[in-house]
Amino acid sequence: MKYSANSVWENKDQYDVVVVGAGHAGCEAALASARLGLRTIVFTVSVESIAMMPCNPNIGGTSKGHLVRELDALGGEMGKTIDKTFIQSKMLNKSKGPAVHSLRAQADKKNYSNTMRRTLENQENLEVKQGEVVNILVENGQVTGIQTYSGAIYHCKAVVLCTGTYLKARCIYGDVSMHTGPNGLQAANYLTDCLKDLGIEMYRFKTGTPARIDKRSIDFSKMEEQFGDERVVPFSFTTNPEDVQIDQVSCWLTYTNEKTHEIIRENLDRSPLYSGMIEGTGPRYCPSIEDKVVKFADKSRHQVFIEPEGLDTNEMYVGGMSSSLPEDVQYAMYRSVPGLENVKIVRNAYAIEYDCIDARQLYPTLEFKKIRGLFSGGQFNGSSGYEEAAAQGLIAGINAAREVLGKEQITIDRSQAYIGVLIDDLVTKESHEPYRMMTSRAEYRLLLRQDNADQRLTKIGHEIGLISDERYQKFVEKEKIISEEIERLKHVNVGTSEKVQDLLEKYGSTPLTSGSTLAELIRRPELNYQLLEPIDEQRPEKFSQEIIDQIDINIKYEGYISRQMKQVEQFKKLETRKIPDDIDYDAVPSLRIEAVQKLKQYKPVSIGQASRISGVSPADISVLLVYLGH
Amino acid sequence: MGFRTDTIAAISTAMTNSGIGIVRISGEDAFDVIDKIYKGKKDKILSEQKSHTIHYGYIMDGDDTIDEVLVLLMRGPHSYTGEDTVEIDCHGGVFVTKKILETVIKYGARPAEPGEFSKRAFLNGRMDLSQAEAVIDIINSKNEYALKSSVNQLKGSVHKKIKEIREEILYHTAFIETALDDPEHISVDGYGDKLRGVVDKLMAEIKKLLDTVDNGRIIREGIKTVIVGKPNAGKSSLLNTLLGEERAIVTDIAGTTRDVLEENIQLQGVSLNIMDTAGIRHTEDIVEKIGVDKARANAEEADLIIYVVDSSIPLDENDFEIINMIREKRAIILLNKTDLSTVVDKDELKKWITKPMIEISAKEETGIHELESTLKEMFYHGELSFNDEIYITNARHKAALNDAYQSLGKVMDSIENQMPEDFFTIDLMDAYESLGSITGETIGEDLVNEIFSKFCMGK
Repeated sequence: MKYSANSVWENKDQYDVVVVGAGHAGCEAALASARLGLRTIVFTVSVESIAMMPCNPNIGGTSKGHLVRELDALGGEMGKTIDKTFIQSKMLNKSKGPAVHSLRAQADKKNYSNTMRRTLENQENLEVKQGEVVNILVENGQVTGIQTYSGAIYHCKAVVLCTGTYLKARCIYGDVSMHTGPNGLQAANYLTDCLKDLGIEMYRFKTGTPARIDKRSIDFSKMEEQFGDERVVPFSFTTNPEDVQIDQVSCWLTYTNEKTHEIIRENLDRSPLYSGMIEGTGPRYCPSIEDKVVKFADKSRHQVFIEPEGLDTNEMYVGGMSSSLPEDVQYAMYRSVPGLENVKIVRNAYAIEYDCIDARQLYPTLEFKKIRGLFSGGQFNGSSGYEEAAAQGLIAGINAAREVLGKEQITIDRSQAYIGVLIDDLVTKESHEPYRMMTSRAEYRLLLRQDNADQRLTKIGHEIGLISDERYQKFVEKEKIISEEIERLKHVNVGTSEKVQDLLEKYGSTPLTSGSTLAELIRRPELNYQLLEPIDEQRPEKFSQEIIDQIDINIKYEGYISRQMKQVEQFKKLETRKIPDDIDYDAVPSLRIEAVQKLKQYKPVSIGQASRISGVSPADISVLLVYLGH
Repeated sequence: MGFRTDTIAAISTAMTNSGIGIVRISGEDAFDVIDKIYKGKKDKILSEQKSHTIHYGYIMDGDDTIDEVLVLLMRGPHSYTGEDTVEIDCHGGVFVTKKILETVIKYGARPAEPGEFSKRAFLNGRMDLSQAEAVIDIINSKNEYALKSSVNQLKGSVHKKIKEIREEILYHTAFIETALDDPEHISVDGYGDKLRGVVDKLMAEIKKLLDTVDNGRIIREGIKTVIVGKPNAGKSSLLNTLLGEERAIVTDIAGTTRDVLEENIQLQGVSLNIMDTAGIRHTEDIVEKIGVDKARANAEEADLIIYVVDSSIPLDENDFEIINMIREKRAIILLNKTDLSTVVDKDELKKWITKPMIEISAKEETGIHELESTLKEMFYHGELSFNDEIYITNARHKAALNDAYQSLGKVMDSIENQMPEDFFTIDLMDAYESLGSITGETIGEDLVNEIFSKFCMGK
């Protein structure tokens, strides 16, 4: 749909940065830009939908929890907001290695959204404005402003697109199709055509959500209760751990069964996916229940998690059973699940289709290669998930601000953070489905832990200007304590005294035959820093759990960690080897045609990025290196 | 690749049985490596010697003496590559030079990538701009060859085995990763016990492959030799005679051999990768025609052509086609069937082409000895040589198998030390990657695809 204004009005107020959309990406982008001192305005189709969570009622989870911690270390808002609004929290994978510990919190959705909204409303330099953006104004390849549906023009120096799933959105279940965004909100139908006119290539993706059901209609006695952790760890490094020890609510676990699967199988022909009504590509990691039943036909049951949507509502989320089957089938299949026999559905499950971009049109700074000053983040970039969106929004917002300020834009690389892995994957690799973060996507995962996100990124956040001097100083002190204590433990020897042997015996550890450093003892699986206290006579003050964890992890996994650090060194060499913007690939002798095409199309910024483009071989990289050598 | 400064090694002389062979080592540990394998007079330590000096001594693998050598030391930046460089001049001979390369790799060097010495030289500023293009060409041509040799030369059975091992590694990695990603749906507790058996088995399989490399059977090494001739000239009989077994089907019917048969034979220490091909003639038979085309293509790529002439019948148009085809190639002409009454002799042939000619009877096995000595002579005079890339390819395969073996060993350690399951996959994927370098496959999105296709994620 092409937009044409009935009347045009030029808003004379001065803006530096316009953010389009106030979902999880838009909020972070707008806050970052405003906090860096730029006059910022964020547009949303509905002020009520700021930081809305239209799907699962939680923040974090495996690898996503990492993103939130990283975001926080860089000066983002998501971690602080969930710490204030969570109703249950769990550290996942606690029995596994520290690299895969992941924090996940159930959110009170309404409270989360309101709290973020208040933060935006109270932010200096930031305006919130309800309205649909229909045009991006570009002159000579440089963004100059935007136009809203009302015809109003706002001039600005940079735009961050965070349109989420709203572009030409369509919600579908059975034979019902509505041209709305999530939760029945108004879709944005004009921007796509404007972007296409600007030469931007669009994709169409699909995702889905399960039904929300009435708590009063659930028989919880047939389900397993799922509690939160006894001791809650906050997301934000700034949150006092004591403040998050609250009364938590439970989630509930039940299962589908053969009957459920039978109902689904019998009605597959009525699914819009199978009838061809849905064209978008859906995510493999988040299959609808009908997908699971078809693809994993040998499984006799699937887990279903019943999760509260908030404290002030009876609505519950049916995790594991997203669907786009017709309404009557939804009733039948949900009611076949133990505990849901009499369930009342508040909101039907649905699939949603929307326009997004092939993010390979972006630099790793999230600026469009074709249009200066145009940035984008979130589901618009082909990702999925609140956390992935927020992470990109923050980086896009920071870089939009830096662009206006005439500062060099920042890039986070794969060795620094999951944020770097996420963005690099998006802008480098072809994707046919919404991209979800996974710990297996991070090649240096032992270094990119959720527990050390502050050590990896606080300094960068401080340099950017989103981390206060005070917070930075506190962090520097913490780091100093950790490294000094580790050094000390590596040098303190304990002999084979009776006290030592008794302690070892107590914890089932082999007795010493000769002296050993404390660090060597900590390396034993059955021991840790805390247990050794009785035999560590010069131990300084009592440290916080956070610091103790760092000491244990760094000592216990030192071998693995140093191996990955060596790999990172190698990686960095290629990553810092920049490819000039104006390189003429046709003039590079002996480069294969396929490589020339790919390199011309995707304009990698570094040799490292070039090496990750499919169709570019190691030999091509050698040729490039030699060519750039002079 | 790229800016690596780790230590590389390669044979830098042609792989003939010439008088001297040179193995070159370059990189930050070049001197460490030579210290570990060099034994000179009076416990001389080479890393303590001056740059640009030559030292007499022995290359040792532990207590075994490999060869008597001269070692040249060049410290960076004053060397070809600009890095610390060590050159080992040995007695030559394919076997000894290869053995020294293997020893160097065993003690810490890595087989060089194609063109890597030149690339390093360039990147370290040891060449000027005008040479850049030449370096690029070297990298490209060597890469092309290496690619061809690393994948094509790999024996089918080895390729298959490596693929199977990789699939198994990927499956288990994907399972663990799925569980880590979705811990509330899938549990991986106690998986180490299951994995122990799997890794144990895979290590044994890789060990077997390593033994295969040691016996030189992982890739088809040798001088690519193609037997050509018109139908029923006796090519298959010749192959059988050389092999000493009835490998090829021999009949009196012209056109019996329709596909290319390939065998490796050792003639007096010269390794030939020998191919019997379909007789060359114009034919309307589709299957035979494919065979004939293959024969032509193989002859085109051959290092050496053995042209078998049926001396009992006059030369015909098919012979003339072959004669034209081999004119520019290294070739030996065999006048076969000398046990029958001959109508074609050397003088007749010499009117058309000049190449070494030998009269034989494949059936009576006469003249075979003369063929062997001709081959040997050509080899020792350097007229025939292997492309050294093939040896370095073999060395690379071996190094990659070794890496994979080591990585799986680390998985075992992690299991034994009761490390959490997420530590297993790090080394599993390393092994996966190392093995992939042999079959020419990269990781790409393999793991993520495997996770999604094999396991059911929640939500």
